[in-house]
Amino acid sequence: MSIEFDPGLIDYAQRPPRLPQPVDPNNDDLPIALETRLELYESQLTLRQFEKRAYDLFLQNLVKGTSHLSLGMEAIAAGFGKAMRRDDYSFATYRGHAHTLARGVPLGPVLAELLGRANGLLEGKGGSMHLTSVEHGMMGSYAIIGAHLTIANGAAWSAQLRGTEQVSVCFFGDGTTNIGAFHEALNLAAVWDLPVVFVCENNLYMEYTPIDLITAVENPAADRASAYGLEPIIVDGNDADAVYVVATEVIDRARRGLGPALVEATTYREQGHSRADPGKYRPVEEVAAWKARDPIPLYHQRLLRLGVPEQDLTTIQQAVAGRVDEATEFAKSGAAPALELAMKDVWADGSAVWRN
Amino acid sequence: MAELSYRDAVARGIAQEMRRDPSLVMLGEDIAAAGGVFKTTVGLLDEFGPLRVRDTPISEQAILGAAMGAAMTGVPVIAEIMFSDFLAVCFDILANQMAKTRYMTAGQVTVPVVVRTANGGGSRFGAQHSQSVENWTMMIPGLKVVAPSNPVDVVGLMAAAVRDPDPVVFFEHKSLMARKAEIPEGELVDRLGTARVVRPGRDCTIVAVALMVERALQAADELAGDGIEAEVIDVRSLVPLDARTILDSVVKTGRLYTVEENPRLCGWGAEIASIAADEVFWDLDGPVVRIATPHIPLPAADALEDETIPSVARIYETIRRTADQ
Repeated sequence: MSIEFDPGLIDYAQRPPRLPQPVDPNNDDLPIALETRLELYESQLTLRQFEKRAYDLFLQNLVKGTSHLSLGMEAIAAGFGKAMRRDDYSFATYRGHAHTLARGVPLGPVLAELLGRANGLLEGKGGSMHLTSVEHGMMGSYAIIGAHLTIANGAAWSAQLRGTEQVSVCFFGDGTTNIGAFHEALNLAAVWDLPVVFVCENNLYMEYTPIDLITAVENPAADRASAYGLEPIIVDGNDADAVYVVATEVIDRARRGLGPALVEATTYREQGHSRADPGKYRPVEEVAAWKARDPIPLYHQRLLRLGVPEQDLTTIQQAVAGRVDEATEFAKSGAAPALELAMKDVWADGSAVWRN
Repeated sequence: MAELSYRDAVARGIAQEMRRDPSLVMLGEDIAAAGGVFKTTVGLLDEFGPLRVRDTPISEQAILGAAMGAAMTGVPVIAEIMFSDFLAVCFDILANQMAKTRYMTAGQVTVPVVVRTANGGGSRFGAQHSQSVENWTMMIPGLKVVAPSNPVDVVGLMAAAVRDPDPVVFFEHKSLMARKAEIPEGELVDRLGTARVVRPGRDCTIVAVALMVERALQAADELAGDGIEAEVIDVRSLVPLDARTILDSVVKTGRLYTVEENPRLCGWGAEIASIAADEVFWDLDGPVVRIATPHIPLPAADALEDETIPSVARIYETIRRTADQ
């Protein structure tokens, strides 16, 4: 018996491309107020322009360490962010810039955190992978795969116990569906009827590896839903309107005590996994096809079809660009953190003291 | 005064705190209807109901994650991990999430969780249900670590752990469950970070934790017969550590022994020996001696387990042999 090597197992870029589905033309007619749509547009633009600026600042060596961008995936953060109540909870992974900004966290402190400055959101102690703003319901970005699904359950459990009707929304990638914590969290959420919504951003790649090569089912999240008594839900993650409608529905169900949901949003990471990754393992045709399905031009065209004047959209773009410039100035003007900060906040009394 | 066992003291301590704070909840495997596999949570379901005392699946990550998420959003939690060996299954949540999140978020997030777990050997359970793992947890910045040796301390330190705003790992020793003591009526609240001199002495200092405290005391009684008066210190709280009480004793006696149930490498006694070497070296009359379980997984057979965990005889003989040198 001879073994023939599939060239696609040696060089993933040689595999057949996984192409996007066409946009559902009916999505123009989804019942979403124009005002909401303009907010979704502005939110997506903000996430996009912020991250492009963050990338520019890497190239200037002003952002240290690593960083994971969501370019091409903004419709998910924007759609869910818009559908959430102000006091709902967000939990994100290390790819959490978009989810943080989508909750209304100001751009300046987030960018300053990426630059490691004292005026950063976490005073420079968290960095790109741990963005958190409790006052905005952004309960953290967790950089070890799987953990935050279980923690999102806890916040949902707490809301259930306190009777606040808050919902916990937890974002993660397709790769997360293969770690044990995913399954522990889904099961507990289901048996306790927790008000939690799990959102799998399926961008087709677990870091550098195509998700389909390492997952037993075609749809990494949706095909697991039935194991926990949940509906399989797949949404076009590159269409903010489609995301917003699904998000509104599942969050409302959770808020009414009807239990958790698992949503798989299909999308594409237009860049590599992290700053260090040029993403060469992807078929050229695949990258091109997904870039042609980029959520922002799609949304721009829809708004034009719905009668919004081009000039109005240009005004929004200019306003966003202005805010990103201001945030950049704010971040660059920040001082390095005071060295005493390294020895603060290990404990709730503010100290790092472990002995007398 | 009522006489309570160590295991009943666990439930007593939890009940005291759940009565005081109606938002406090607990979760774990078999803790509610069954009252815990060590019967440490008997009666809590009846008194506090199924919303506050919840059985979980065998999902240690889900247990500690739920505890953390609830705690950081205003609901303090006592979580049980049935055997301390199982902390390895959920170590990410404990070591990377609970412990670090306050620091990483510049103090935005507070995690008032007590992780209770049955620790230690003597039950002939073999290597995966017997190990003493205090050292696994005390090396993580952001975790507090408590290991009571008697029923009174169980109640008081449980209260202190629950009232502490930081995550506390609370080690309940399996071989102490049946020990009994008179427990005062009324609310008992102790302090973390306080060691206790449980036997005064002038000739040497023995520091011990949990099950090793009573063995150290028995060895000290035997040493007294030989004219060696050992001072025995129950460390009680490994983080924060009451180094002052230990160092004051060493300055007085000039000799330091640690009695550790954990495997020797990187055991808690190594840190105490290091502190003593740094800070009271010139007061020492001889080398610091660590009496520990060898660097092995624990064996199951009674003869083998008894041979490896420090015994009264080994403590006595080691000190007898070295104290005059």
